[in-house]
Amino acid sequence: MKILYSLLAVSISIAFAWVGTASGGLHYLFGVVFPAVAVFLFLFGIVYRVVRWARSPVPFHITTTCGQQKSLDWIKSSPLDNPSSTLGVIGRMALEVFFFRSLFRNTKMELKNGGKLVYGSAKYLWLAGLVFHWSFLIIVLRHFRFFLEPTPVFVGVLQNLDGFFQVGVPVLFMSDILILGALSFLFFRRIVTPQLRYISLISDYFPLLLIIAIAATGVLMRYFLKTDLVAVKQLMLGLFSVSPIVPEAISPLFYIHLFLVSVLLAYFPASKLVHMAGIFLSPTRNLSNNSRMKRHINPWNAPVKVHTYEEWEDEFRELIKGAGIPLEKE
Amino acid sequence: MTMSKKHPKPEELVAIDYQPRRRDWMDPHVEFRKGTFNYSANPKSMEYLGLPFVRKWQPTEDDWKLPPNWKEIILNGLRERIDRFRSLRIFMDICVRCGACADKCHFYIGSGDPKNMPVLRAELLRSVYRKDFTTAGKILGKLAGGRELTIPVLKEWFYYFYQCTECRRCSVFCPYGIDTAEITIIGRELLNLVGIGIDWITTPAANCFRTGNHLGIQPHGFKDSVDFAADDLEDITGIKVNPSVNRKGAEVLFVVPSADYFGDPHYFGFLGYLALFHEIGLDYTFSAFASEGGNFGLFHSHEMMKRLNAKIYAEAKRLGVKYIIGGECGHMWRVLHQYMDTMNGPADFLEVPKSPVTGTVFENARSTKMIHIAEFTADLIKHRKLKLDPHRNDNHRITFHDSCNPARAMGLLEEPRYILKNVCNHFYEMPENTIREQTFCCGSGSGLGTDENLEMRLRGGFPRANAVRYVHENHGVNLLVCICAIDKATLPGLMDFWVPGVSVGGLHELVGNALVMKGEKERDNDFRGTPLPGKEEKVHV
Repeated sequence: MKILYSLLAVSISIAFAWVGTASGGLHYLFGVVFPAVAVFLFLFGIVYRVVRWARSPVPFHITTTCGQQKSLDWIKSSPLDNPSSTLGVIGRMALEVFFFRSLFRNTKMELKNGGKLVYGSAKYLWLAGLVFHWSFLIIVLRHFRFFLEPTPVFVGVLQNLDGFFQVGVPVLFMSDILILGALSFLFFRRIVTPQLRYISLISDYFPLLLIIAIAATGVLMRYFLKTDLVAVKQLMLGLFSVSPIVPEAISPLFYIHLFLVSVLLAYFPASKLVHMAGIFLSPTRNLSNNSRMKRHINPWNAPVKVHTYEEWEDEFRELIKGAGIPLEKE
Repeated sequence: MTMSKKHPKPEELVAIDYQPRRRDWMDPHVEFRKGTFNYSANPKSMEYLGLPFVRKWQPTEDDWKLPPNWKEIILNGLRERIDRFRSLRIFMDICVRCGACADKCHFYIGSGDPKNMPVLRAELLRSVYRKDFTTAGKILGKLAGGRELTIPVLKEWFYYFYQCTECRRCSVFCPYGIDTAEITIIGRELLNLVGIGIDWITTPAANCFRTGNHLGIQPHGFKDSVDFAADDLEDITGIKVNPSVNRKGAEVLFVVPSADYFGDPHYFGFLGYLALFHEIGLDYTFSAFASEGGNFGLFHSHEMMKRLNAKIYAEAKRLGVKYIIGGECGHMWRVLHQYMDTMNGPADFLEVPKSPVTGTVFENARSTKMIHIAEFTADLIKHRKLKLDPHRNDNHRITFHDSCNPARAMGLLEEPRYILKNVCNHFYEMPENTIREQTFCCGSGSGLGTDENLEMRLRGGFPRANAVRYVHENHGVNLLVCICAIDKATLPGLMDFWVPGVSVGGLHELVGNALVMKGEKERDNDFRGTPLPGKEEKVHV
C-alpha cells in the first residue's frame, strides 16, 4: 500500500509534467516557475531546519565512544573513533560523512539451530549507500556544465573520470549505472526484507522512487531519446542568471526530468532527506570525548531540589553518633 | 511464544520468530504479559520525591487513572524537550529507517518483537512528534507517518521504553549516531510527568535521596558494612585495614555503588578495594552520605539524575578532599563522565587528580576531578607499584564483559584489560562483535532488573550469554569479569540460566586476590572463601 502510494505520487508528477508541457504549453511554468520555487523552498527549508536544530541547545555531552579513550599516556587511544580533540572530531565526522564509518560496522545477526547467535559481515547496505551518495554527488557536479558558462574545469575532469572506460557514444558514465544499481538495491532491500518492509513508511519509498525516476529520465535523455542540449543550457543559464528564457526545442522528457528534480528539491527539507545537514549536528558524533577534561555548559541548567548534608545529618543524628561517625553539629 | 509456566526454559526462549506480525505497527497494541514488564512506582516513594499524580495503578489494569489533561501535559512536555535537547530534535528528524540498528538491540535479538528494533522503538515517539510538531504530519496525518497520541500509544511507550536498557549499542551502528537511550530517557521523563513510573527506579531513587544510597542503608548500617568488610579482609589476609567514614581532610573521597558493600559478588571486589588502598597507603575516606555512586535518577529523568548526583561534589567539598575516585559501576560512570560536571560542577574546590604513589596526573579528569578506579589501578601496575601473584587466580579461566556505559560513553576499554592481564594467567576474549564498543548489555540495566521482568531480562541477556557460552565451550571459561554493579547483580542469574558453570566476579576482586600485601599471612583462600590453587589439599586435611 505504502509502495503503491509512493509509486502513484511519482507517476502523477511525471504525468503532470508530460501533459503540461507536451500538450498544455506550460513550458514557462515547468521550465522556470517550478524550478525557481523549488530552489527557493530547498534553500529556505534547509536553512530553516538547520537554524531550528541549532537553536535547541546541547545540554549534555553525550558522545558515543567507539574506541579507547584518551587517559593514561601509555595506553593507545582511538583518536578517530573516540576523539578527544577538535581535530579528532573533524576526522571522525569526515569519515562518517565521506565514508559512512558507522554503517561500515554493520553486521547481520543470525540465530542458528540450537540457539546459537552468529554475527556475519553485512557490508551491502554500506556499499549501496556509499555508491548511491557518491554517484549522486558526481552527477550533480557533472550537471554544472548546464549551469555555468564557460563550463568549469572540474566538470571536464569529472566527466573524463566518470567515462573512463570510453564505452559507447555518447560515452557511458559509470555513475549512471552505479546510481541506478544502488537505488534499485536500496529499494528492493526494503521490499524483500520483512523487517525493513515492516518499518518502512511512504516517506521511505517515495524519495527512492523519485530519485530513481530522476536518474532514469536523465539516462533516457543522454543515451536514448536525445534532447537539444544547447536549448537546455540556454534555459538553465537563464534560470541561474535570473533572466529566464524558454527555448522552443526542448522535449517533454526534459521537462519531466526537471519537474521531478523540482519536486525533490521542494520535498527535501520537509523529509528525512535532511539527514544530509542533520548529521553534522548529531551530538553523539560531533562532540569530542573530553567531558572530564573540560566542563560542558548547559545553558538551561535548571536548579533542582536536593537533599543537603545538613538535612541528612539532622534526620540521622543519633544513628551517626552511635556509629562513631564524625558529625558537623554535635 | 506464550510462556505459561513460571520459569521458562532456555530452549523455549530461543524459539524466536523474527517475522514481523501482520498488524501494522502504527496500530497501537500492547499486551502486558507477566514476566515482560515492571510494576508501577510505590506511591510512598513518589510522594517522598515530590513527584506528580501520586496514585495506585498497575500496567495490567485497563484504567491507568491518568489525570484528565494527560495528553496536554505530555505534548507540552515534548515541546519543551524538543526546544531543550538538540539531540531529541535531530533524532526525531533525520532517521532514514535504514534498519542498521534493528538486529543490534539485545531485546530485539532475544524477543523478535519488531517494536524492539531501536528504529521502531523511536518511531513510537517519532510518529507522535510528526503528527503534532511537523507541518507534513499536521496536514497529512498517517500518510506522513503521524500518529495521534492516545492511551494505547501511551501504554506502548511505557512497555517499550522500559524494554530498553539505554545501553547505546544501536547508536554505535547508526550512520547518524541516533541514540535510543536519549529517546527512552526523554520518553520516560514524559511518562513520569503524568505519574507513570516503575518501582524499581522510583524507590531506589527515593532511598538514595533520603539515606544517600539506593538500598536505603542508614549511616550506622553503612559503617557496619565497611567494618565488617575490614574484618573479613583480616581473616583472609591477616592484615587489619582501617577504612574511615566521613573523615575530613582525607586526600581522596572514594565513592562506590552501594551494591559493592552489600551485594554478592560485588562484595569481593569491595574487599579488593580495601586491600589495594591499604597496601599503597592511600589517604582516603568513604562518605555515608555520598554512599552511592550509582544513579537511578538517570533512568527516571535528567532532573532526578541531577538531584541524586549533587551529593558527590557536596560531600567532596564538605570533607575537603583533593579529588574523587569512583568504583566499578556502569551507568554510574555514564553520569560521572558525561553529566556530573555539567550538572553539579564546576568542581573548582578540588584539585586535578594526582596519584600519590606514582605521581601521575590524570589530565583526562582535569575538570571533573574524578577518576575511575581502573584508571588508578592500571597506573599503579604500570609503574610496578604493586606486587602481584597472578597464580592465585589460576582457578579461574576468565573473560571480560565490557559494561555498556564505560565502553560506549567513556571508552574505558584497555585499562581493565591491562589490569586483568596482570592479575590472572588465563584471559580469553569473547568474539569481537560482542566486546568493546560492540559489547552486549546484561539485559537488566537502566532499572529493569526486577524479578517480575525476568523473562524479558533473560531474553535481553541472551546475546551476552551466547558470547560467554562461546568462550565457555571453546576455552573453558568459568568466570565472567565485569565492572558494573548491575552486571554483578544480574549476570549470575543469566549465567545459571544460559551458561551454567560460569560465575561472575569483579575486576578488583581479582586484583585483591593477586595482591601480595606487606606482612600478610600465607593466604589459603580467595576472597570468596574458596581455596587458592594448590591449597585445596591443606583445607581438606
